[in-house]
Amino acid sequence: MNTLSKKNSIPLLSAKNLTCIREERLLFDELSLQINPGDIVQVEGPNGSGKTSLLRILSGLSQPYDGKIFYKEQLISRCREEFHQNLLYFGHLSGVKGEMTAEENLDFNLALHGNNTEDCLAYLAKVNLSGFEDSLASHLSAGQHRRIALARLYQSNVPIWILDEPFTAIDKQGVASLEQLFTLHAERGGCVILTTHQDLISIKPEQIKKITLDYSYDSAVD
Amino acid sequence: MTLKAQSTKETENLTDIIDDTFTDDAFAENTIIDSATSQSSSQSLQPLSYRHAFMLVLKRDLTIAMRHKDDIINPLLFFVIVVTLFPLGIGPEAQTLSRIAPGIIWVAALLATLLSLDRLFKSDHHDGSLEQMLLSPHPIFILVLAKIFAHWLITGLPLILIAPLLAVLLHLDEHSYTALLLTLLLGTPVLSLLGAVGVALTVGIKKGGVLLSLLVLPLYIPVLIFATSAIDTAALGLPYSGQLAIIAALFFGSLTLAPFAVGAALKVSTN
Repeated sequence: MNTLSKKNSIPLLSAKNLTCIREERLLFDELSLQINPGDIVQVEGPNGSGKTSLLRILSGLSQPYDGKIFYKEQLISRCREEFHQNLLYFGHLSGVKGEMTAEENLDFNLALHGNNTEDCLAYLAKVNLSGFEDSLASHLSAGQHRRIALARLYQSNVPIWILDEPFTAIDKQGVASLEQLFTLHAERGGCVILTTHQDLISIKPEQIKKITLDYSYDSAVD
Repeated sequence: MTLKAQSTKETENLTDIIDDTFTDDAFAENTIIDSATSQSSSQSLQPLSYRHAFMLVLKRDLTIAMRHKDDIINPLLFFVIVVTLFPLGIGPEAQTLSRIAPGIIWVAALLATLLSLDRLFKSDHHDGSLEQMLLSPHPIFILVLAKIFAHWLITGLPLILIAPLLAVLLHLDEHSYTALLLTLLLGTPVLSLLGAVGVALTVGIKKGGVLLSLLVLPLYIPVLIFATSAIDTAALGLPYSGQLAIIAALFFGSLTLAPFAVGAALKVSTN
């Protein structure tokens, strides 16, 4: 599949010479990357090495200190609407409202990103939340909150998935089915960029590209 | 003849379908298009429409407010308490009270709005739904406008409804009631719109309450001055359309500019 996807050689997402400075510390600098359809990219590194910062920069939420990000060779600031239509970002915070039911939450999340909201219940069933559709999210556990947010992945035909610690608070079975979903998504020609401290078990190692960020004490900016 | 009839029918159908794709409430009927797009494995994305995005966020915010009634009751209760305390503190002379009534009602309304502003973006910022809104393909200003409108419906509108009742307590001049209602109707949206800019700027700060008041209160002062002046003028039986026109200008100015400022401020705050 990888070889096939490389034929249409326009990278989905690419970054040139990214530099990120947080709290007067240089997290990474001159980072360039290219993400093609079919890629599963795992961003690795110890706590505080800038994984989340990188993902937020790639999704356009944060501005890099220096450098540019391109969606299909267009600057993302130039094609905001198109880029956001093709992007699914899942952050540390799940964006689930406690005052709304599981179904209302998913419904809103899908509609906000311009997705179809039919079959909402089917997607909740896929993340093992059938029976909880009408429960207020504030009555559900942390893992179930994450699952409500992750249910969007099952509906989404959006090619670029940027997932920050998607496995947090998810049980083993859930992790396995998410990994399957990632493989399937990559085979369909999408790409997944994720951070996790767990090893990806059911995805073949040769399928995973890794970006390793270092944490160094002496890199403080003068 | 029949053939012709059929073909016109077909074209009707076709235009129906085209209409459906371009109007926003056509999710159920365009099954033909759906199956076609799913076959070509492209997105099942709905056409983006401003109205749809606006209604979506408005409905959500109102649902949340209805389930979390504090948001509605707190500012209203504050408004009522402040206004009713004044006659107790100053004394029941009708002349003094009617002299200061416009000021009391407007200052109380202003502070009640300020009290409620914090919730406009803070909870969304805390649970991450603000990030998701910023990443949605819809333009930010339309989502922001929907949130501000919801905020006004939750805080501004109840104040307007209860204000005439409190005006009776303060012996407001009977000629002034229309002026009071009109200034509140035009003025409270301005409070919500300008306040939203302040909230958006301070949403990333842990304890931004004081900063928010310092930022927003100076912007509220023109509304306060012209609104109370309009009510006073009405009590004298003079035309107050001049003051009203200035408040209306403030309203339209903030309506058109504030959502963009809020969008930009939110981007900075979540950076």
